[in-house]
Amino acid sequence: MKAQAAAAASTIQFDLQAVSVRFGAREALKNVDLQIAQGDRLALIGANGSGKSTLLRVLHGLISSTSGQAGQMSGCFHLHEDVRQAMLFQRPHMLRMSAQANVAMAAWLGGTPWALAKAQALAALQRVGLAGEARRPARALSQGQQQRLALARAWVMQPNVLLLDEPTASMDPHAKREVEHLMQEFATFADPGSGQAMTLIFASHNLGQVKRLATHVAYLEHGQLLVHLPVDVFFDSACLQAVSTQADAFLKGDFV
Amino acid sequence: MNSISQSFSTAFSLIFSLDAALWSIVARSLWVSGLACLLASGLGVLMGSWLAVARFTGRGLVLMMLNTLLAIPSVVVGLLVYLLLSRSGPLGSWGWLFSVKAMVLAQAVLILPIVAALTRQLVEDADKLHGEQLQSMGAGSWQRAVLHVWDERFAVLMVLLAAFGRAIAEVGAVMVVGGNIDGFTRVMTTAIALETSKGDLPLALGLGLVLMAVVLLLNAVVSGIRLVLVQHDASAAVQGVRL
Repeated sequence: MKAQAAAAASTIQFDLQAVSVRFGAREALKNVDLQIAQGDRLALIGANGSGKSTLLRVLHGLISSTSGQAGQMSGCFHLHEDVRQAMLFQRPHMLRMSAQANVAMAAWLGGTPWALAKAQALAALQRVGLAGEARRPARALSQGQQQRLALARAWVMQPNVLLLDEPTASMDPHAKREVEHLMQEFATFADPGSGQAMTLIFASHNLGQVKRLATHVAYLEHGQLLVHLPVDVFFDSACLQAVSTQADAFLKGDFV
Repeated sequence: MNSISQSFSTAFSLIFSLDAALWSIVARSLWVSGLACLLASGLGVLMGSWLAVARFTGRGLVLMMLNTLLAIPSVVVGLLVYLLLSRSGPLGSWGWLFSVKAMVLAQAVLILPIVAALTRQLVEDADKLHGEQLQSMGAGSWQRAVLHVWDERFAVLMVLLAAFGRAIAEVGAVMVVGGNIDGFTRVMTTAIALETSKGDLPLALGLGLVLMAVVLLLNAVVSGIRLVLVQHDASAAVQGVRL
């Protein structure tokens, strides 16, 4: 069992070679090389506009070489065929429907019949502690509740990779803790079919959160991926300084 | 000044005496424009949603033409429909000219660009803001369009109201294809035009006031519906009532 898990952990799910993205004249990602293995929990950090969101969108397939005005990708991006991914946006968009219908819609769009989708939605809402709000309009929920609702929506899609774009930005500490707790639960959940752990890729400005949740850290600056290290090495100041003075400066807060 | 005060009293006496001829004209106006609005909104919302999510070469040109059609003069629409329906025209065999059907068709053609262009803008804006979220959930472009229309249903309702307003207030198209035949194809706007040219200004102004009152009433109804829906949303938010 252990050997199997170890073998599975070496599966590369995302493989980026020299990936660049430009929006018109602006280059949002420059020559990014990145491999993400199954079961990794990768935190993307960097200043605003460093390309974290763009990288997440590339990984999620929202930006491709043919997506036109939404951004033009070049380079080589290889996605493992078993990847089923869901993404949480910074401000999740809720449809003008009940909370339950919002979750059920995600399952339905994935091909589940509506009646079954509604049942699955209720189970997913229970999981994030929102069963009592199932019939309320999703947009009437608080920001923290909406992000939990978004997690339920991701849950119902049965992903093995979860992407999160600053999921707890501008939340109060209590809501932040709840969402983070759910992320942790998500991350430690093993796929019942294969027994494989969930891959988690998240952008964050919260270094405490990164330490708590991540196994790996990637640091981006001006669209370039400067550092990709295991979390303990990344937060070892001497090591980080040796690898990248910019990342070290960012961590110490004297980033200019 | 005198004719204005006179027209008010004429209008009120017309309305409150339940003048049968007047009410048949009002009813016909509502029927023609309502039906035209129904037809145009069905087709226009579909067209607009499709244009919002479809990507093809020449799309920019199509959008430019569509937006230009917003300003098409109603008499020109009337003329085009007249040419289509006239005896020697391609649809001449239908025998629709100078009938209520022709008027419905002309008004539907007139307001179709309004519904399509405004819906296109609404859906495209919504897709820019929230398209990625729906795409992430696995929605194809058509599914996104339908969900956006549903999400923006209050705004779509306002678009339909604007289209109805344009239809019921126009005179050129119904005059050309309907012919303003008394008791048959005469509607409020054509009646106003006729009374004005006959010199019966109080009656013409009176009819104008009735037209305004009808549209005002309709506005009130739509606002009421909107208010009830929004309050329903709000109260559901508080009480957990099923939507």
